[in-house]
Amino acid sequence: MLVPIDWLRDYVQYDVSIEELSNALTMAGLNVESIIELGKDISKVVAGKIVSKDLHPNADKLYLCKVDIGDGHLLQIITGADNINEGDIVPVALPGAELPGNIKIDVTSLRGLTSQGMMCSAQELKLDLKNFSEEQTNGILILPDNSVLGEDIKKILHLDGIVLDIEIIANRPDCMSIIGIAREVSAVLGVDLEYPNIEPPKGFGNINDWIHIDVKDSALCPRYTARLIDNIVIKSSPLWMQRRLQMAGLRPINNIVDITNYVMLELGQPLHAFDYDYLDGNKIVVRRAERGEKIKTLDGIERILDEEILIIADENKPVGIAGIMGGENSEVKEKTKRVVLESAAFNYANIRRSSRKLGLRTEASARFEKDLDPNLTKLAGDRFIQLISQTESGIVINGVIDLCSEKSKIRKVTMNTDRVNKQLGTNIPLKDMEDILNRLELRVINKDRNHLVVEVPSFRNDISRESDLCEEIGRIYGFDKIEPTLPRGMTTLGRINRDQTIVDKSKEILNSCGLSEVITYSFMSPKIFNKLNIPENYEYRKAISIMNPLGEDYSLMRTTLIGNLMEVIERNLNRKVEKIRLFELGSIYKPKSLPIKELPDEKKVLTLGMVGDVDFYDLKGTIETLLSEFNIELFDFIEDYHPSFHPGRTASLIVNNKKIGILGEIHPDVTEKYQINERVYISEIQFDDIIESAKLTYSYKPLPKFPSITRDIAIIIDEEVLAGDIKKTIEEEGGQLLESVELFDIYRGTQVPEGCKSLAFSITYRSNKKTLVEEDVNEIQQRILLKLKERYNANLR
Amino acid sequence: MKLELEKIKEDAKSLLMNIKNKEELEKIRIEYLGKKGKLTKILREMGKLPPEERPFIGQLANDIRKELEVSIEEAEKRIKEKGKQIILKKEKIDITVPGRKHIIGKKHPLTLILNEIKAFFVGMGYEVVEGPEIESDYYNFKALNIPEDHPARDMQDTFYINENILLRTQTSPVQVRVMEKVKPPIKIIAPGRVYRSDEVDATHSPVFNQVEVLAVDESLSLGDLKGVLITFARYLFGENRDVRFRASYFPFTEPSAELDISCTACEGEGCKVCKGSGWLEILGCGLVNPAVLEIVGYDPKKVSGFAAGMGVERIAMLKYGIDDMRLFYENDLRFINQF
Ligand SMILES: [Zn+2]
Repeated sequence: MLVPIDWLRDYVQYDVSIEELSNALTMAGLNVESIIELGKDISKVVAGKIVSKDLHPNADKLYLCKVDIGDGHLLQIITGADNINEGDIVPVALPGAELPGNIKIDVTSLRGLTSQGMMCSAQELKLDLKNFSEEQTNGILILPDNSVLGEDIKKILHLDGIVLDIEIIANRPDCMSIIGIAREVSAVLGVDLEYPNIEPPKGFGNINDWIHIDVKDSALCPRYTARLIDNIVIKSSPLWMQRRLQMAGLRPINNIVDITNYVMLELGQPLHAFDYDYLDGNKIVVRRAERGEKIKTLDGIERILDEEILIIADENKPVGIAGIMGGENSEVKEKTKRVVLESAAFNYANIRRSSRKLGLRTEASARFEKDLDPNLTKLAGDRFIQLISQTESGIVINGVIDLCSEKSKIRKVTMNTDRVNKQLGTNIPLKDMEDILNRLELRVINKDRNHLVVEVPSFRNDISRESDLCEEIGRIYGFDKIEPTLPRGMTTLGRINRDQTIVDKSKEILNSCGLSEVITYSFMSPKIFNKLNIPENYEYRKAISIMNPLGEDYSLMRTTLIGNLMEVIERNLNRKVEKIRLFELGSIYKPKSLPIKELPDEKKVLTLGMVGDVDFYDLKGTIETLLSEFNIELFDFIEDYHPSFHPGRTASLIVNNKKIGILGEIHPDVTEKYQINERVYISEIQFDDIIESAKLTYSYKPLPKFPSITRDIAIIIDEEVLAGDIKKTIEEEGGQLLESVELFDIYRGTQVPEGCKSLAFSITYRSNKKTLVEEDVNEIQQRILLKLKERYNANLR
Repeated sequence: MKLELEKIKEDAKSLLMNIKNKEELEKIRIEYLGKKGKLTKILREMGKLPPEERPFIGQLANDIRKELEVSIEEAEKRIKEKGKQIILKKEKIDITVPGRKHIIGKKHPLTLILNEIKAFFVGMGYEVVEGPEIESDYYNFKALNIPEDHPARDMQDTFYINENILLRTQTSPVQVRVMEKVKPPIKIIAPGRVYRSDEVDATHSPVFNQVEVLAVDESLSLGDLKGVLITFARYLFGENRDVRFRASYFPFTEPSAELDISCTACEGEGCKVCKGSGWLEILGCGLVNPAVLEIVGYDPKKVSGFAAGMGVERIAMLKYGIDDMRLFYENDLRFINQF
């Protein structure tokens, strides 16, 4: 909301600086977003009279002028403009002047003669051309004859002034007016508020002889007030009014429209003027539109309506969309002779919905979509006819039609002042609270030692209970004056729970493994299914869709992070980041049924991605490290299939006999679709299962008392045989004394037959009862070799 | 003979002085002290001496032998030391060649900020809780005193799954979920993702993170809220940060306020970051609206509470000087690895 300071000062006199005023309003909840100083970009431009005008001796199209700027000596200024004559008073930019657009004027030389400044056009001063006649703007701007020479152009043209740009919070529609802001200033600075003196003038006739108003839907239009004006003279509104409207961000149009806007800005009640002669049947009907009914609004756009939209109609046709915009057919024009003024109250929820539906937001709808004061309609109508009369814009028809379906009840709120002080952490005396409330026009009508009874005016629909008053007192008293304290009371144990601890620790472990954390949107694109080779009916496709997504790519709630991670990898590779090690630990959203009827399950998943100078075993090793850091011992990797992965390089992760994840190399068909030329390794793990299996407590195990014996064996086996199976066999046969088995070499080549490979294991034995001797392990080694031969036809190398 | 012995001693000593390596040393040892060495030879010739001279010469020869043995030992040490020095000199390396680094992954900057926030509140006795991101209309709006036609409900701002289920627009529903389950005293923070249907640009993201703070007890006041949040703001942004509480409006708190800190870019002078005001808004807060307390079945006459909500992205942007919100979700590793 743009608030011109001069206008504000009509209603409230204060003696603080503009900065102090802004600060006070901001702290009280009326956030002043900026202080706009108009005419700030114009300086050292004054009124000057052209005393002589001669042709430039060295140029055809230039004139040499002597200009009097009132200080006794004449300036020599050269111009190319030919609309000026001796005796004209014009804006003169003196040397050192600044014009809009950061233009600086200095003494220059034109064809050998000095020019001590510049005469300015309206365009150069960035003025609204609409406000000047054609002669004035056809070249250099010609100023009125009575302009004082040497006077600042900003004064003469009313270009200066200060405007506050204030953000109005959602529950204070009463502040969407100059009066409303003035009321706040009055309370915040403790100064008096003076309302404008509104007295409707007397006219002739009786409105009821002219028009009939029929409100068909009083729920959507609880109050409708109408006035009628005859003998309308369409002209410009007075300059002071135009100026105020402009400063408040509205364009002056004509006297009638300007006065409706002026009253709206002043009091907060939007008004609309209909051309009476375009209303069929001398009637205004407030009704819901019929489905498919059409109206061309003032902006020239044809709108198709439905029965949810409230319209203003005459006997036959819509003439306006209630509370949003008038129709072109009944617009006030040059020839308008009679006007019906509408000052009404509408259901704010309905206006908001209609405004959204139509994609049409106006100054009027911005106010009507909030809970406005229904009692304003009458006052605003009175103010309108007063200004009509004052500006000699027409003659008022006597009487007012005021259809009011619900009398607003006067609300009384009782407040316990002790409790309010306790809530705020203050010791504000009752008397001060009373003053604050009264300044806000929350009249204290009764009181005792620690209670105030307040009558709430109809423009404060946001106030209905003690806490609302507590807020008013707090904000006007000043939150900054409240002493900060630290809460007393019971001590509570601050902590993060087990799940969060495991999440945090996982991030630490993965960081140590060289993986960086990424965070992607919770959405996914339906396109990823095909990109990831996901067949129909696969579980990933059972995704929750958003009714109103930002676009197809953000239309599903993710069921896997693999797609998002592939995109991150693709983006990084495109940006020449070649060594990629990353993970995301986030949620997927699994519906219990589709379409969803209840809240879905939100499951944590951990997804790892690696590209560049890595292979499957780096990925697997990272997972093994993670598991071992959480003391998860019972895990296994088994060969598996997944449509997005390389068929020969995919495994599932088994923990506690349950499949909890997948890992492997991404299928070349998939990487191709992402235009990735590298091998990509990805794993996705159901993190909730990690949380379940993780052990966070440690207990000490004594260090071994007896030395171990380590034996290395290398065996030759068929290429098809899995190292993991060999290892398992060794572990089975190793018995009690076997401590560990490590695969340390895989060899293919000379000495190993085609189609075979050599695996070398290091086997460690240890007893907790004695120092082992060679004989103790020889027997076990024999048993292992026999079993390996039997099962896998393994030969010692 | 005595002279001969003296000469042997002098010769050997001078040879030892200029010795270069172990081989030469061995040669000298053998030449003088060996079984066929010069000293042995002389001793053998001792029989030719008159008997009264023998003890004297014998003694002398022995002394010389001992003396030479010591000299040889010393020479040996010298050679060894010299050898060591040569090796050390040879082993000199170029210490300006870069070291081999260990690659450690980095946490996402949002995680780092979140960890700082969590650490503060956990230290103040708050418990960290979580709530669902896909939420019912009831918890996201109705129970938070956001009436049916409140602007915050517009389709424009909220992603809907169906009429009653939506993507939470704030972490505040967790307040209600917690209060429904437990009785005061309550001190919790609830971090998590929230959603608004804003087009992506430098300051908007349809997905972002918030942290909700809630305390409910017998007599919490706005002063208490100020105390906690001022401490928090200074913990995050520095001891000398100016802080102000500006009145505002949220349906679920009353009184409501915005907490501003003096601009981190210009220290309050006014700049582009703070749009000239010198202040930066970092969180919204207030006393829990008694209407909300009633909805969860508390008696507003007996308990009161305060709540606050902050945007993690915004705080991260201010703290790290990040000027574009999209960077958080693009996940360019050159960005993430800076933290
Ligand atoms: Zn700044």
